[in-house]
Amino acid sequence: MFTNHKYIAFETIVIKEIRRFSRIWLQTLVPPAITIALYFVIFGNLVGRRIGEMGGFQYMEFIMPGLIMMSVIQNSYSNVVSSFFSQKFQKTIEEVLVAPVPNYVILSGVIVGGMARGLAVGAIVTMMALFFSDLRIEHPLITITVILLTSAVFSLAGFINAVFANSFDDISIIPTFVLTPLIYLGGVFYSVQLLPTFWQVVSGLNPIFYMVNTFRYGILGSSDVDVYWAFLILGVFVVGLYSSCIWLLRNGKGIRT
Amino acid sequence: MTTAISITDLKKTYANGFEALKGISLEVQQGDFFALLGPNGAGKSTTIGVISTLVKRSSGSVKVFGKNVDTHIYDTKLDLGVVPQEINFNQFERVQDIVITQAGYYGLPRKLARERAEKYLRKLGLWEKRNDRSRLLSGGMKRRLMIARALAHEPRLLILDEPTAGVDIELRRSMWEFLTEINEGGTTIILTTHYLEEAEQLCRNIAIIDEGLIIENTSMRNLLEELDSQTFILDSPVEISAIPIFNFEDVSVCKVDSKCIEVTIAAGRNVNEVFSELDRLGIEISSMRNKTNRLEQLFMSRLNENGLK
Ligand SMILES: Nc1ncnc2c1ncn2[C@@H]1O[C@H](COP(=O)(O)OP(=O)(O)OP(=O)(O)O)[C@@H](O)[C@H]1O
Ligand SMILES: [Mg+2]
Repeated sequence: MFTNHKYIAFETIVIKEIRRFSRIWLQTLVPPAITIALYFVIFGNLVGRRIGEMGGFQYMEFIMPGLIMMSVIQNSYSNVVSSFFSQKFQKTIEEVLVAPVPNYVILSGVIVGGMARGLAVGAIVTMMALFFSDLRIEHPLITITVILLTSAVFSLAGFINAVFANSFDDISIIPTFVLTPLIYLGGVFYSVQLLPTFWQVVSGLNPIFYMVNTFRYGILGSSDVDVYWAFLILGVFVVGLYSSCIWLLRNGKGIRT
Repeated sequence: MTTAISITDLKKTYANGFEALKGISLEVQQGDFFALLGPNGAGKSTTIGVISTLVKRSSGSVKVFGKNVDTHIYDTKLDLGVVPQEINFNQFERVQDIVITQAGYYGLPRKLARERAEKYLRKLGLWEKRNDRSRLLSGGMKRRLMIARALAHEPRLLILDEPTAGVDIELRRSMWEFLTEINEGGTTIILTTHYLEEAEQLCRNIAIIDEGLIIENTSMRNLLEELDSQTFILDSPVEISAIPIFNFEDVSVCKVDSKCIEVTIAAGRNVNEVFSELDRLGIEISSMRNKTNRLEQLFMSRLNENGLK
């Protein structure tokens, strides 16, 4: 009947997701902005002045890309995990499941919704960063690509978490015990050059390390990692996670009885 | 005649091993107003769940307007609208957004989606509430919102799982009128309900399901004709001195209180004859009513028979 019905369904899901996090902006947009602002003030400004240089840049300049990346990762993930889990919990998900919407459209809509939140918070944080330091972007294309891919990866990861979650506790376990340590150890606050060789190697196993550094490369023009490696890793994650999500949806895991 | 829905040997065993459907076959013709009745836990919602793809069936097949739900996903879903038994919309969304979003899932362009939302919210008396958060609606309004949502894409087949549970008498009647109206407009309707009066009033055909099996599937008229007797309660304005004795052996009478009697009349016996007899005996009757709803009587007897097997 409607030839572009899949696109309309996709758009509908994205609008609904954006409406959700905008409606509860006090929980979704403000807290991350405040947290990151505190990081800027305390680490960047107060402590940073004593630290001096890191990786050849002012400490404030050094941590800024990492902090933007951190907010994008956390917010993409938490948007999808909480939105999709509460749809499951409230059974609202049935609305879309009874409609002729293919699984990949459902997934893409939810993921783009998560990316929208991640990028919205990322934009807010970037604007705040401008109060503390100048922002010039060395490689705009790399910067944009890496941020889009990263927010897609963590939206997808949040989706998998939501599919397996059976309670509201289950949606905070992974962010607390996995995501946060990986971010903190992913070179947001320091250059891995400072670490002993062994820990440099260990850091190399952390995917977030590549994302943060590539993003920093995009902005500052300097990085601890090879940018091509980073894109390869991001690509593998996007494809792997996307396929897993589709497989989970097709089998109705946690959503069809 | 086209078949709106055709279910063949449908079985469902849930993950915990419970066998909710044990082989159900059912056909509903296009344009029908069909009642799916059964006690709690009989498998009505499970059947509806399978039709709407929310429940994965274990075996059997489902066709909507002749098309298999597995192979013609788009067409069959577009033909189907479901009003679930339990509230499943986002309680924080606005009433209007819920309907517009649902229309969007079915691929309706934004403008058309808005028009449809207005049309059905008006018809269901919710237009005034369109900008309210849905959790602020009363229970009956929430049910009506789910009906509006199910109609947004104007499906040819509407399935309602207990749409009138918890709805007051006046609203229930207006809901009946509304459903009759859309049925007359050509929409096939399947309804589950525990109010048998509702099924009797609205539905032309009926299936009774019990413990995952269909135990009766016939037209409402045929079923009601199977009643072997009816019991009426008759009130008199004055005291009835003695229990009337009828000359018919297929009529029995007992006294309820001094001004009220209960008369059981076998099927085939003309009620007129009973009244002329009462007249002859000089018993004045001011009002009469059925002791139980006729369908209810049949429903209970069928379930009892099934339980004895
Ligand atoms: N997800 C599930 N897992 C296990 N058993 C289930 C599940 N859903 C339903 N059942 C069982 O299947 C049976 C049929 O349930 P169903 O909801 O279809 O009944 P129903 O006829 O709609 O009853 P009601 O009139 O109470 O709504 C019940 O015994 C129920 O406990
Ligand atoms: Mg039910």
